[in-house]
Amino acid sequence: MKKESYLLPLLLILIWQGLSSLYWIPDYKLPSPIAILLGLKDLLWIGMPPGNLLHKHVLYSLYRVGLGYGVAALLAIPLGLLMGWSPRIRRMINPLIELVRPIPPLAWIPIAIVWFGIGIQSAAFIIFLGAFFPILLNTIAGVLSINPILVEAARTLHATEKKIFLKVLLPGSIPSIFVGMRIGIGIGWMTLVAAEFTGVKEGYGVGYMIMTARDIQRPDQILAGMLVIGLIGLLINAGLRTFESRVLRWRG
Amino acid sequence: MGLEILGLSKTFSGGSRGESVHVLDQLQHRIDNGRFVSLIGPSGCGKTTLLRIIAGLEKASVGKVLLDGKEMVRGSEDVGMVFQEYALFPWRTTLQNIEMGLEIRGMDKVRRRSIAMEYIKTFDLNGFEHRYPRELSGGMKQRVAIARTLVMNPRVVLMDEPFGSLDSQTRNAMQEFLLKIWLKRGDTIIFVTHNVEEAVFLSDEIVVLSRRPARMLERIEVAFPRPRDRTGEVCNHIRRDILKILEEEMKREEVRDEDHWNRLQSP
Ligand SMILES: Nc1ncnc2c1ncn2[C@@H]1O[C@H](COP(=O)(O)OP(=O)(O)O)[C@@H](O)[C@H]1O
Ligand SMILES: [Mg+2]
Repeated sequence: MKKESYLLPLLLILIWQGLSSLYWIPDYKLPSPIAILLGLKDLLWIGMPPGNLLHKHVLYSLYRVGLGYGVAALLAIPLGLLMGWSPRIRRMINPLIELVRPIPPLAWIPIAIVWFGIGIQSAAFIIFLGAFFPILLNTIAGVLSINPILVEAARTLHATEKKIFLKVLLPGSIPSIFVGMRIGIGIGWMTLVAAEFTGVKEGYGVGYMIMTARDIQRPDQILAGMLVIGLIGLLINAGLRTFESRVLRWRG
Repeated sequence: MGLEILGLSKTFSGGSRGESVHVLDQLQHRIDNGRFVSLIGPSGCGKTTLLRIIAGLEKASVGKVLLDGKEMVRGSEDVGMVFQEYALFPWRTTLQNIEMGLEIRGMDKVRRRSIAMEYIKTFDLNGFEHRYPRELSGGMKQRVAIARTLVMNPRVVLMDEPFGSLDSQTRNAMQEFLLKIWLKRGDTIIFVTHNVEEAVFLSDEIVVLSRRPARMLERIEVAFPRPRDRTGEVCNHIRRDILKILEEEMKREEVRDEDHWNRLQSP
């Protein structure tokens, strides 16, 4: 990493810690960086509520995201390929998508609870809604971006429509699908934490953990929880990027 | 026996503004099997459209194309096409691009790999088997594109200005390479070019097309033996003839496409 990419954050944290140590920043509003790290330690070893340890909160959250996101990708990619491939199917489905897409995932929470009750299915459904549309739209864009001459080249090599689908449209739209997958997981992860604020049945989840910390007035743990959310998001993104650059070596 | 183009006309109807474009006008021609025929004509006259119809990518408005007396069907294995812009699959390596057609045909991996490796050798692509198209030079890309088409053993190979975007040295080398391959294989080649010198250097026969809608203006037999001297007396003589025909054609109706004219004159 370049010097300037960590110098400024480091400086700000030092100033922040200094102001906190001088009691210029009230501890009950914004705990110092050291206090936040100690809060993180408590989350790891004692848990919030006590006994519910951080790693289990994280695992539950990841499980919900994984489920909703997985289903979203599994449905959005084939549908996107179909919609990109056939103008008719695209015209048929587009109006529906344009109507549903602007509804924020969180606005689905009440009806999700009616349908699925409070629990993993509701949460996964909300994630699904957050991740589905970016993946779908990027997949469609990916197919449309393929040079038609490549489809014709495949045709002159005697490819059937099915082969064209599998050997030209799918590989050709993968770069764009990846973009959708990254945006999708980002939105999914953000949506999840918010969804967990409204309640979870299992007693685990990073969002739930943060709300519990708020209930008992532990701003250090609220911020530590936020830090964990940020770090996990960062790791997921970095992981996807690494995977992407492996798969897309042909793009250079 | 050969390829017969019978009364072929093409009109594109209903573009964005709804007007129709008459592109091919009752083309009639016969190409004996195993000949190297070049098509030359003003840009926009319909050369690509003609190849696309023969390849089955486009339908003729009137007329048909026969191969050995049988009408060619869409997706026929008898025809292969090399596109002007290479049209390589960017996500496939050299080897995988050459294998594509065999893979589509359902040939097993071991067999298609060994066949593709032979083409790699013949086409002088050793060491680049596992490179992606973006890592190849223009000449190499075009060799991959030609290999990808020939590996299917089509009886008629259509080539749409295949060397148009190469620099002149690479272009000359590619012409000689193509001749070498063709003399060994004996497929029928229909070769579209802008370049009169190229046509004379390569072909058994040159067909000169008119401005749009394309009609056949002239059919020139190039009977003198290969290897030919590009700048020799015979080549220059035929070149002058063709340039004159094209010049007359461009003067017709007082419309001149200066840009295109200049391109024809430069070798
Ligand atoms: N799909 C199409 N729809 C309408 N017009 C077309 C289409 N394809 C080609 N044309 C027109 O047909 C004419 C001949 O095109 P083309 O065959 O590409 O010419 P050439 O290859 O000789 O330069 C051009 O005027 C072009 O604009
Ligand atoms: Mg053309």
